[in-house]
Amino acid sequence: MTLTERIASVTVWLLAIATVVFLLTPLVVTVAVSFGSSAVFTLPAPSWSLRWYQALGRSRELWPVVAASVQLAALSTAIALALGTLCAIGLLRSNFRGRDAVVTFLVSPLMLPGLVIGIAMLETFRAAGLRDVWASLILAHVVITLPYVIRTVYAALSLFDFTLIDAARTLGLSYPKAVLKVLVPALAPAFLTSGMFAFLASMDNYPISIFFTDAWTKTLPIQMLQYVEESPDPTIAAISTLLILLAVAVLIVGDRLVGLRRMADL
Amino acid sequence: MSAARRLDPVLLLALPAVLYIAVIYGVPLLVLLGRSLLVGGVPSLAPFISFFSDGFSWIVIGNTVRISVLVTLLCLVIGYPTALALARTRGAMQALILVAIILPLSVGVVVKAFAWQIVLRRDGIVSQFMTGIGLWDEPQRLLFTEAGLVIGAANVFVPFMILPIYSVLKLIDPRLGEAAATLGASPFYRFFKVALPLSLPGIVTGIAFVFSMAASMYVIPSLLIGDRFQTLATLTGRSFLFMRNEQLGSTTAVVLLVLTVAVVVASASLSKRLGGAS
Repeated sequence: MTLTERIASVTVWLLAIATVVFLLTPLVVTVAVSFGSSAVFTLPAPSWSLRWYQALGRSRELWPVVAASVQLAALSTAIALALGTLCAIGLLRSNFRGRDAVVTFLVSPLMLPGLVIGIAMLETFRAAGLRDVWASLILAHVVITLPYVIRTVYAALSLFDFTLIDAARTLGLSYPKAVLKVLVPALAPAFLTSGMFAFLASMDNYPISIFFTDAWTKTLPIQMLQYVEESPDPTIAAISTLLILLAVAVLIVGDRLVGLRRMADL
Repeated sequence: MSAARRLDPVLLLALPAVLYIAVIYGVPLLVLLGRSLLVGGVPSLAPFISFFSDGFSWIVIGNTVRISVLVTLLCLVIGYPTALALARTRGAMQALILVAIILPLSVGVVVKAFAWQIVLRRDGIVSQFMTGIGLWDEPQRLLFTEAGLVIGAANVFVPFMILPIYSVLKLIDPRLGEAAATLGASPFYRFFKVALPLSLPGIVTGIAFVFSMAASMYVIPSLLIGDRFQTLATLTGRSFLFMRNEQLGSTTAVVLLVLTVAVVVASASLSKRLGGAS
């Protein structure tokens, strides 16, 4: 290695390590603040304490909102998994011109501004006379979750060799059994990973949900932002730490199912 | 051949999802676009003319573009080396970088923006660090400044720069670099003539992702810079949620939609062309 090559290589590594630290900073800070005794987010914390977790446990405002968000995310993810998996199979098994354009359209909610999508839905739902908060939220959140499922399952299916199903049938399995024994196991990891990411995306969504929530029905990010803006205290860090734990759990399960490297395929 | 022209029945499986997205997402966007061109039921460009002839609008557009460009540049500068390191390493180091990218992606943006509020305060760790190493004479507050906003936003969006670049870098045959070295190419020549051109499609995709997300962000500026600083996205949100000025909000929403769609479409065709050329 020449000197310049070594300098270049060291620079690349230093920047990469700095980026890793940079990426993890907000998570580490959140966890540290949640276990600190200081009410004004002093870091390093003067002493350690569980008081913010006790405050979180006593909170009458937060838990109903958490329950609402979990229900909304679970329901919209379940609908997305059903519709999205069928859709990915249907699109992949049929060959027509413009299929790529259809796929791009179906995953485009991931790329367009959430606020604009939310405003567009608000106006149309209003014009259609839909005023029910829960119905609006579920309709809107399936638009958030569905693209994740379609994108991931479609990508996994395009690696699947469908002649394997024919092979299983030649070996004596009925068609439903062949699908169950061959296609389902091959698809399960992508199905579950996309479901987890769809669930997290729904739990995290702010810019679309904000147009459909009201004073009585709120989702977690909306309640949290309101809290941070109005009366910030480390209780928010405590609930954030629980959300980070959820993300860690998802990461571990995802790693077991498909491996970290395939989780990185955007 | 009639058999080939007839639609495959298996396509029926895709119908519910396609109809769902078309009706619940496609139609509302078309209605939004259509209504923005109507005033009192008559086709008119008046809202756009008044928006673009207002000096304040240009400040807002300027803010949006400046912040998005700065966030994109910062993401590229720190994201490219990270993608390069990720593509060239194996084992524990690769796992560490992957975890550092994927874990924050699974944590909500409110959580991360809240954490940056703490980090960027006058007594926050950035200020402590900079005064500690002697770069700053006295503690400074980065919260509620443009620099703080750019740092926080880059933190949230940099995975969307790293991952597309990594996905093309990992496909480059390492023997290409070796071949160039055998032929006497210097390391810099090799990087600029082999790795960089081959990774251009990933760079273009990453730039488009980060730029359009930075232009659309709402929660991050709400927490890191506040009301005094408006972008197209924050103005759109505020027009609907606080100012009750839906006419202005619809106009800025359409401007933002056109901007982001243009960036995404242009980058898709550009990266396809770059990919085809290599």
